Amino acid sequence: MPEISLNVLDIAQNSIKALSTFIQIFVHIDYSKDTLTIKIEDNGIGMTKEEVKKALDPFFTKRKTRDVGLGIPFFKESCEITNGKFDIKSTKDIGTTLEARYNMSHINMLPLGDINDTIYTLIIFNTKIDFYYEYKVTKKNKQEKSFNLSTKEIKNILGDISLESIEVSNFIKEYLKENKMEVDK
Amino acid sequence: MKSLEELRQIKEKMQSQVSMRTEDHNHTRVVVGMATCGIAAGARPVLKALSDAVQEQKLTDKVQVLQTGCIGLCQYEPIVEVIIPGKEKVTYVRMNKEKALEVLEKHVKGGKAIAEYTLKENK
Repeated sequence: MPEISLNVLDIAQNSIKALSTFIQIFVHIDYSKDTLTIKIEDNGIGMTKEEVKKALDPFFTKRKTRDVGLGIPFFKESCEITNGKFDIKSTKDIGTTLEARYNMSHINMLPLGDINDTIYTLIIFNTKIDFYYEYKVTKKNKQEKSFNLSTKEIKNILGDISLESIEVSNFIKEYLKENKMEVDK
Repeated sequence: MKSLEELRQIKEKMQSQVSMRTEDHNHTRVVVGMATCGIAAGARPVLKALSDAVQEQKLTDKVQVLQTGCIGLCQYEPIVEVIIPGKEKVTYVRMNKEKALEVLEKHVKGGKAIAEYTLKENK
């Protein structure tokens, strides 16, 4: 994957296939520690210990259309080549959590890329699933700024209006863009 | 910071036009492959360009943009399938944003498939 935000999109697709109803995505850029931490947590069908081991193997996949499953191995690799730390925890019937901590100034570090696009795509194309997204930046002087987006909250306000309607989807696009810019400042 | 307050105003404006979207079988379906293979090959901007264009051109009552998993043709990703009711499915391969918008314009809206982008012509 050319950018980390595409790994996030890909991993979240696993969560969707695992029948999750609630997916949480945390992005934390910490300049004081020179790390980028990404956490994706779902409440899907989860995996047994054995299945987790297999999920880390590129030649394992649950799909039948091809014989390799590269999603999790790609994500793990992108993190570990920066000397980072990758962790996967899963409990059958409870859900799965993946966490990747990257060392940002490592020469192998890929750009985060368009994370807004990833979050927007997930929300708009999976309106039956709830998402919670948090984007946080810690400056060198430890000053912290963050924003979040909760589709539960949005749906509560909107009632029976669809997230796919142009007015709402444009709002979500702008909300992500403006708030990220504000936090990045 | 932008807050969710604005959404309440949007809701009020929209109250009058609720429930216009129904799942019916007369929709043309435009399906984008969004598994690891598709995403790695550049499917995200293709999907977004198509859904933005369909919204902006107010085609949502005729055209549905959907995502799907891997269909086993990874080397041809990004793949876009156009399914017009009553017609045979057309599979477009190695799409990008520009080509996808051309497919929307000429095939979905104009009714004429673009042969040179199809799987048949690129095998």
